[in-house]
Amino acid sequence: MANTLQFDLVSPERRLASVTATEVMIPGADGDMTAMEGHAPTITTLRPGILRASTAEGVKSYVVTGGFAEISATGVSVLAERAVPVEEATGTIIDDILAEARSLAAAATPEMKDMAEKTLADVLALRDAVAH
Amino acid sequence: MPSLKDLKNRIGSVKNTRKITKAMQMVAAAKLRRAQEAAEAARPYAERMNAVMAALAAGVGNAAGAPKLIAGNGKDQVHLLVVLTSERGLCGGFNSTIVRLARAKAAELLAQGKTVKILTVGKKGREQLKRDHADKFVGHFDMSEVKRVGYSNAQAIARDVLARFEAGEFDVATIFYNRFQSVISQVPTAQQVIPAKYEGGDAGGLYDYEPSEEAILADLLPRGVATQLFTALLENGASEQGARMSAMDNATRNAGEMINKLTIQYNRSRQAAITKELIEIISGAEAL
Repeated sequence: MANTLQFDLVSPERRLASVTATEVMIPGADGDMTAMEGHAPTITTLRPGILRASTAEGVKSYVVTGGFAEISATGVSVLAERAVPVEEATGTIIDDILAEARSLAAAATPEMKDMAEKTLADVLALRDAVAH
Repeated sequence: MPSLKDLKNRIGSVKNTRKITKAMQMVAAAKLRRAQEAAEAARPYAERMNAVMAALAAGVGNAAGAPKLIAGNGKDQVHLLVVLTSERGLCGGFNSTIVRLARAKAAELLAQGKTVKILTVGKKGREQLKRDHADKFVGHFDMSEVKRVGYSNAQAIARDVLARFEAGEFDVATIFYNRFQSVISQVPTAQQVIPAKYEGGDAGGLYDYEPSEEAILADLLPRGVATQLFTALLENGASEQGARMSAMDNATRNAGEMINKLTIQYNRSRQAAITKELIEIISGAEAL
């Protein structure tokens, strides 16, 4: 397959994917971006959302919470704080993430409030996206 | 001279001990494999993280407005020692080596007139440090409920440490743990996490940053601390099982030797008793 790039998804606890992909859609902190071969080298932080990688075996989706992605011309490495394949993201896991975001938002200092609220909103959007 | 019955009981009890140590060794071996796998699985993340951090730190590190987590807060007075030990004993010198290193560091810092604060993770280290450093304890993390060390555990510790740093409770943080080398060799290690030292980074500029470089760094640095702690916890976990395995292997072998010795003693005593009885019978017969 032409125009592919190496896609790695690792969480602190395990490596979830290491495949070649044609494109990877990343939920960046400032908005979604799709990385394809030849992308300018970029480092972006992630917001909670769904990451999609188009591989030879079809599109694979993962639920990711925070973390960051390193994009180069030939590959994408996503270092997610927590990542699970969408098929495994059952209600309890999402509820878990949601509860954590809620408690962080509640405990956040005034200057961190915006960030925490945004994260919470992102998680809520994520939950709706997974439910459908 | 113990009686025959005493010896027999003794042999029986040593045999039981051997069974227990043997079982513990096998359990440790199984756990060791799992711990090693966990450490192995965490490596790609930690390596990437370090590489990116090094590149970022090299780019921003020397600027005036560099984040405190890299540049430090300009002071070097209060040191926080985070001592990671196990929750259970019977693992040879595993905890003692860590504690010894931490104690040496504390003594060195105190001699320089610095203030030392200690945060313990795991019961065993706390017990050992309590004797002469109890007044320096600032906190403790109990890991006895944790069956399998997860990233969330490291995150909880990191959050606590970072909150203390934000509050200005200390200037420099160092973690102490055992780096796993092999089953028979674990290296006690001291690693400074705040201000973070990332080496080998070539100055960035190659990358576009989204949002800004500073924002990313601010987001990543706390994660870097958590990652370092997580790596340390996993290394520690593997080391603990390795140390326990070799300690229990030794114990099993010692028990075996002890059983042999006692068996010989038992046989000799029995033989002596038989000989004595024979002599008594013979001399009794001769007397008639």
